[in-house]
Amino acid sequence: MRTPLAIISLAAALLGASLPWPAGAADAPAAASAPATAAPASPGATAATGPTDTGILGSPEQRARYHRLAEELRCLVCQNQTLADSNAELAADLRHQVENQILAGRSDDEIKAYLVQRYGDFVLYRPPMKSSTWLLWLGPFALLLLGGLVWWRVQRRSRAAQAADAARAAAEGSDLERARRLLGEQ
Amino acid sequence: MRAMRFVLPVAVFAVIAWFLMRGLDRDPREIPSPLIGKPAPMFSLPVTHDLSRAWTPEAMRGQVWLLNVWGSWCSACQVEHPVFNDLAKSGELPIVGLAWKDMPDNSIAWLRKLGNPYMVVVSDIKGGVAIDYGVYGAPETFLIDQHGVIRFKQVGPVTRDVLQNKVLPMVRQLRGS
Repeated sequence: MRTPLAIISLAAALLGASLPWPAGAADAPAAASAPATAAPASPGATAATGPTDTGILGSPEQRARYHRLAEELRCLVCQNQTLADSNAELAADLRHQVENQILAGRSDDEIKAYLVQRYGDFVLYRPPMKSSTWLLWLGPFALLLLGGLVWWRVQRRSRAAQAADAARAAAEGSDLERARRLLGEQ
Repeated sequence: MRAMRFVLPVAVFAVIAWFLMRGLDRDPREIPSPLIGKPAPMFSLPVTHDLSRAWTPEAMRGQVWLLNVWGSWCSACQVEHPVFNDLAKSGELPIVGLAWKDMPDNSIAWLRKLGNPYMVVVSDIKGGVAIDYGVYGAPETFLIDQHGVIRFKQVGPVTRDVLQNKVLPMVRQLRGS
């Protein structure tokens, strides 16, 4: 019974890694017929604007807010980078939007809502908790709990087996003793 | 209990395999747009061939139409272009081009070389309108209905398959209702 435990922990790791995001979102049929060369392109991805602000933000608080937001928002062109990390031109444009909106006095939530309205929850590095994402948030904990449960059961069973073995050994031991006693008496 | 020893690992394997298989089928570039079913954002942009003139989507009220986001710098746009040329020839569906972050001269030269399927092309030189449409890579194409509501979005080239099996059936349905 040790193998299922190993398999379940492996399953937990794999499941976490392969869980499609956003879980349970509308079916996204693959555009399998699209030629390999036909991947969507981004305009002039060579432009190295860099993650720094353009200097239009006056106060240190505004700059701190800008940097925090840029770290929390996803670049949609290079999907595993934040807006702050990305050199893609679209990321630069979106960073500029963030700056302008901070200047216009919008709150962090309003700025995030502005981007979510256009690009969906995917722009947020920390997806919100809702019906389509509860598996994403709670799945790892559920698997941990399941693994713990299996481990506990395996432990309990092997302890019970050990106790039974010991009891049997003790019983057999006393039989032997008795036999020896009987033989000795003879 | 003996049987469980065999069944459990197989079941776990099946679950993992199912998730991995689904992962293969999914294109991470295809992000579900939150704009489907919402009114297409309004804008006013200069017409590429006559920059003194402004154009707004209001002009398309009452029609089902395609808004195609492209740029002369975009190689994948050349892949879908013949499909749009044929569609324009058939007259089935009006196509409006949005030249994204592209200088009008470059857009015009590109269209002269590869053909112009668009009833009108507008220039979004700074890319602000594209952001309102949630565009993150060209080409992207939106199907907009008579009431100005976005019904479908294609990320990446519109292939003949996508046009015949997704876009045109939806167009017929929208016109029917």
